[in-house]
Amino acid sequence: MKVRVRYFASLREALGEGEEFLAPPGATLGSLRDTLIARGGEHARVLDRSRAVRCALDQRLSDEAVALRDGAEVAFFPPVTGG
Amino acid sequence: MSMSRVDIRQGDFDLSAEVAALRQGDHGAGAVVTFTGTVRDRDGAMDGIRSLELEHYPGMTEASIEAMIDEAHRRFDIRAARVVHRVGLLQPGEQIVLVAVTSAHRGQAFQAAEFLMDYLKTQAPFWKKEATAEGSHWVDARVADDEALRRWGIEARNAA
Repeated sequence: MKVRVRYFASLREALGEGEEFLAPPGATLGSLRDTLIARGGEHARVLDRSRAVRCALDQRLSDEAVALRDGAEVAFFPPVTGG
Repeated sequence: MSMSRVDIRQGDFDLSAEVAALRQGDHGAGAVVTFTGTVRDRDGAMDGIRSLELEHYPGMTEASIEAMIDEAHRRFDIRAARVVHRVGLLQPGEQIVLVAVTSAHRGQAFQAAEFLMDYLKTQAPFWKKEATAEGSHWVDARVADDEALRRWGIEARNAA
């Protein structure tokens, strides 16, 4: 299934605005993050499990256990600092 | 009451105009509470901040704050609420965020305004980048902000 991945703030600076991604059936937010980490390089560095990374599915803050669906919009970003 | 409840914008806002619009036609409101956040020229040990750049997640930002205002209406007896948040490049001293709430009596408006700010700080997708003479860096999330939200019985899990 095809999902759209977006990055914001420091993750956007390291990885770009985002990309289209083909995820296998049963993929979750967490497994997608693992696949991106496995690419190595900047992806491995900024998405590393030791770093605080928040994620959203279809523009809602989400847990990494949540399953993806075809056409979903996924976003990875650092902890928020507005206000 | 047709005025939108959330406004994400680059330009400045006029506190008096925002309050007037929020109160318009509602003579049942006996209290208006507003909070205005402004850009500081220092942040902890960091001094000499020259500018602040604010990034957000268009769409999610508006939706998340709309949901916070819905939650404020469920928790407090308020009449109306509005949130204005600026994005883009800001200078020290400039206004950055406004939360305005009306209610029949002051107690509920005070509480709802604080609730909305605590919620927004840890759940709305905004990111600040500070620039000093030495360069620029992304601002770290504060554990104290997560703790502020916990007072309302909500786990923020933002600063980690």
